[in-house]
Amino acid sequence: MTEMNENPLDLLPEVLLAASAVLGLLLGSWLPRARQWAVGLLAVLACVAGIVAAAVAAVEPATTAFGEAFAVDTVTGASRIVVLGGTLLVLGVSFGPLRGDPRESEFYVLVQLAALGALMMAGTQDLLLFAAAYLLASIPAYTLAGFRKDGPGTEAALKYYVVGALLGVLLLAGVTVLYAAGRATLYPMLGDALRDAPEPLIAVGAIGLLAGVLFKAGGVPAHFWVPDAVQGSSAPVAALLTTLPKIGALAALFRVGDAVFAGSPLPWPALIAVLAAASMTLGNLGAFFQQDVKRLLAYSTISQVGYLLMPVAVVDRSDLAQQALLYYLAAYTVTNLGAFAVVCALPQAHTLDDYRGLAKDRPLLAASLVVCLLGLVGTPPTAVFLGKLQAFAAVFDGGYAWLAVLAAVNTVASLFYYLRWIVPAVSRDASPGLAEEDRTARVVAYTATVVSVGLGLAGGPVLDALAGPMSP
Amino acid sequence: MLTALVFAPTAVALLLFALPRRTAPTVFWAVWVTASAVELALVIAVWVGYEPGGGMQFEERARWIPGAGVGYHVGVDGLSLPLLALTCLLFLACAVHSLRENRRIREFAALFLFLQTTCLGLFVALDLILFFVFFDLSIVAMYFVIAGWGHRQAARAALKFFLYTFIGSLALLLGFIGLYLAASPHTFDIVELTEQNPLAGRSVYGALVLLAVVVGLAVKTPTVPFHTWLPPAHVEAPAAGSAILAGVLLKMGTYGFVRIAMPILPEAWRRYALVLVVIGVVSVLHGALVALAQTDFKRMVAYTSVNHMGYIVLALGAAAATADSSEQARSLAVTGAVTQMVSHGLLTGALFLLAGVLHERGRTYDMGAYSGLAAVAPAFAAMTGVAAFASLGLPGFSGFIAEFQIFTGSLGPQPLATALSVLGILLTAGLFLRALRQVFTGPLRLPDAPGTPRAFPDMRVHESVSVVPLLVLAVVLGVAPRFLLDVVEPASRSVLELLAR
Repeated sequence: MTEMNENPLDLLPEVLLAASAVLGLLLGSWLPRARQWAVGLLAVLACVAGIVAAAVAAVEPATTAFGEAFAVDTVTGASRIVVLGGTLLVLGVSFGPLRGDPRESEFYVLVQLAALGALMMAGTQDLLLFAAAYLLASIPAYTLAGFRKDGPGTEAALKYYVVGALLGVLLLAGVTVLYAAGRATLYPMLGDALRDAPEPLIAVGAIGLLAGVLFKAGGVPAHFWVPDAVQGSSAPVAALLTTLPKIGALAALFRVGDAVFAGSPLPWPALIAVLAAASMTLGNLGAFFQQDVKRLLAYSTISQVGYLLMPVAVVDRSDLAQQALLYYLAAYTVTNLGAFAVVCALPQAHTLDDYRGLAKDRPLLAASLVVCLLGLVGTPPTAVFLGKLQAFAAVFDGGYAWLAVLAAVNTVASLFYYLRWIVPAVSRDASPGLAEEDRTARVVAYTATVVSVGLGLAGGPVLDALAGPMSP
Repeated sequence: MLTALVFAPTAVALLLFALPRRTAPTVFWAVWVTASAVELALVIAVWVGYEPGGGMQFEERARWIPGAGVGYHVGVDGLSLPLLALTCLLFLACAVHSLRENRRIREFAALFLFLQTTCLGLFVALDLILFFVFFDLSIVAMYFVIAGWGHRQAARAALKFFLYTFIGSLALLLGFIGLYLAASPHTFDIVELTEQNPLAGRSVYGALVLLAVVVGLAVKTPTVPFHTWLPPAHVEAPAAGSAILAGVLLKMGTYGFVRIAMPILPEAWRRYALVLVVIGVVSVLHGALVALAQTDFKRMVAYTSVNHMGYIVLALGAAAATADSSEQARSLAVTGAVTQMVSHGLLTGALFLLAGVLHERGRTYDMGAYSGLAAVAPAFAAMTGVAAFASLGLPGFSGFIAEFQIFTGSLGPQPLATALSVLGILLTAGLFLRALRQVFTGPLRLPDAPGTPRAFPDMRVHESVSVVPLLVLAVVLGVAPRFLLDVVEPASRSVLELLAR
């Protein structure tokens, strides 16, 4: 056993977030209702400080903290920055609608805890810690889904909770079986032990594990909650549900694939490739004829998980996989949040028809929407294009050319439903749905759009930064 | 220099949005025309500074995304320079032609300026991803042009256009990734890939990559069977949009063949040349026959584009024939193909602008609704006549030079295919003459739909100013083509050298 490294400073971004959540909870119970925004401000500060800390830590060589339970390497560093950046955007779009809400501070605290769970999932190298992170990421999210306490919100929370609890139990069962098969929970040790463990046992464990991870990521076949939860919950929560947990889950799956299943007798890459194919295809098919914008984005996020799973499938077969995954995660997060920010900016507009005439009324907002939606399609020069390019190249390189072709076909299919939204938005007649608007969310939308295009144009240094090695 | 040439229009487009909304429409129009004129002047400066036979010139490189093997690399040679000049000229013509455009002229001008950036960028790009970026952005810009300013069923046609060409672009992207992974070290740089010839000796891989690249480019070109998006897009687009779509955007496909497919995949191109020849011949005949069956003037012109692009594909396929045909003949075929790109751009651009004139007067493209227009609009009749005769390949016009070279070059290697394609000329001659007779001769008859003005005024000044230079240049190219051929010939010889590896 190596010497234990228990320096909490290695986990500074996580510690900051947890401290700010606890402090925010305390502050919230003392502050008058009109000043609860201070908790939100504290959360913003924690996120900014966390990003700085993560950036500083990312420059250092890869290491592990708390024994080998938590890896501090490029994957963790990138996930930290993306999650915290995404949290900032989510906080930005929540600020307007929650202003003066009786439970304003609780909301910010829950958002931070959900983000913390995603961070832990991304960095953990131990199955037990992973299970804990899963719960930490899930439970605040269940509460957030039902935060509005209305009919659809309650239904959303219930569906989300029931599916999550069931798949969480499967996850725990999978962890148990893997422990039984490998006599360890630490990924590197488990990976060694699984080389000559009985295959059925590994398979059962892997499927349990996948059930939990895919639930968090919102990928097929654990995607049933996504459309209902996203449509039922408020727009800022929907933005959170479709991005932050995904980042943690996919980074975790990448790590598991690399350290645990790469050497096992299980056909892991093929399994992930099939899941990726199913996710992108079914997500797209579901999105085709949606009228509600949130529901459309919900199905679109399912299909995006498919593309994100492509580099995960070839983790040990292509040197491009890590860059591709991390870059795509960043690109997807900012672009998807940009699209959601437009939705948040127009609280009265729910269906595609409500967006009719947006370009005439608010040309800049319409431009943001068009850029973000075309970005989600993968039109250059937005960030997702470069992410897709990397992902395609990675799966080609890893010997899954069919997956790249399928992804290309799916990309075309996805164009169809994004255009169903763009067309009314740029058409000439007006709609009453655009009456009200949220100023902060509008600023967030512009920011996300600019970042999305900027990340695409200046992808070079970012990709270089993502090429660092994983922790030993 | 090239970077300025490429990005200046977009900068001007942004500038247009900085102007206050209340600014008079003519101000926007004037800025647009000035910007296009400056672009044309710039490209002429490049042409003057260009040394024929000097290979790639005015190159600029910058690090862009080295982690993904993508760089910013632009340059011009004899293949791209004529197309750059054509692009600037056509965009200027469209800007001048759009004086009467009164529907959101600011957005219209900005979109066209942006579209100009994408077209110029594509023709100077020496990196596959840069090429792809401009390729895709041109689709996006053209989509908004058709959807925003088109005729009644524009939304549908625009969607069809977008979906078709986007599928093509993704096939292209897969092909590019295939090339990237085959090269070592991995790179998207066209010049490096051309030197490396990464797929030499790998027949299956090479065939698949070529298939992806050719499908992508063939959709854009378009050749049979990927041409079905073209007629609706052309018919529904505004006149200036059709002119750019046919004059410039279609060339992106054929330019991709000579810039990417032939030099980087020589083996595969040679092996499957016969397939391309067949596709070319089918496009020639099918395009001409279907055009013959049209009663809608614009749709007819759209189908003749399929026919004219078919000649190019035929020539490029025939140029890959084995050594038993002379080097000179094959070089002639490639030169003819490039000349045809320029010639077709000029003539179809002019024809579509003239179709716009027709529609503006009579609100319909249906040739059956008009008759005897030559009496009331002699200038219009004369210009349409010139454009039609030039387009069918009459000697003295650019089309003749191009098609003559193509046929002379292809006859040796592919006698049967070439003989069949010559029939295409006969068919286009027939259909253009029939159209001219129907619209311009006989007793005067004008469409009688409600709301149409009864009179049919002749060409206005701005319309003449936009169309006449295109026709004059077509005549100049037909009579004294040396200045173009001097630039193109060395480049086509080097393409053949690369192809012969």
